[in-house]
Amino acid sequence: MTSDGKLSVRAQVLLWTAQRASAAVLAICVIVHLVTIIYAVRNGLSAAEILGRTRGNVAWAAFYSLFVAAVAVHAPIGLRNFLSETFDWRGRSLDVAVMAVALTLAMWGFRAVLAVFI
Amino acid sequence: MKNDFRARNHPAYWAFVVHRASGVLLALFLPLHFWALGQALHGEERLESFLRWSDQPLVKLAETALVLLLAAHMTGGLRLLALEFLAWRNWHISLLAAAAGVALAAGLMFLLNIA
Repeated sequence: MTSDGKLSVRAQVLLWTAQRASAAVLAICVIVHLVTIIYAVRNGLSAAEILGRTRGNVAWAAFYSLFVAAVAVHAPIGLRNFLSETFDWRGRSLDVAVMAVALTLAMWGFRAVLAVFI
Repeated sequence: MKNDFRARNHPAYWAFVVHRASGVLLALFLPLHFWALGQALHGEERLESFLRWSDQPLVKLAETALVLLLAAHMTGGLRLLALEFLAWRNWHISLLAAAAGVALAAGLMFLLNIA
């Protein structure tokens, strides 16, 4: 970060690249997620059906872990752009807030993956 | 700088608004989604109980909106990736309509399947 509270060019490039790379991963994850949702709800959702699909299934756990990791990168950077451009919020406090969002999403996301796996 | 709304009232600007609004709303929804799935940690019955609560018509309507938002954010994002990373082709002009069409189709398919 520069002395006037703005991000360095290097940091901006890093965030831009992380945003696009995570978007590419998320595009695939969201397509799989949407197809699964639309298929799964056709006869109504039940816990037995969901857990029957996910419990002990390493492939689904790996997929949702990748999904959570990509979301934990993508969403905070998007929120950062929104907060910075809409409310003119910049500087260290924004960095701390966005990092807190990223860690919270990652923690809660992996907890959810674990919950339907074990 | 003058903030002239007329200069912004074009499809690409509205695509930006939809992408940003859907992104913010999805980010706000994620903790709730993770919390709901986390109910399985307390046993299958807790998750089942939450799912039965979610059978209410208003919740189903909200879920349809979320599917629409997710699909719109994904297709809008793919459009942006194509514009940024692919060499310009004339068919890129149609990407906006295609993104909206696919998102609406996903929302409609979800709605038809829960109806």
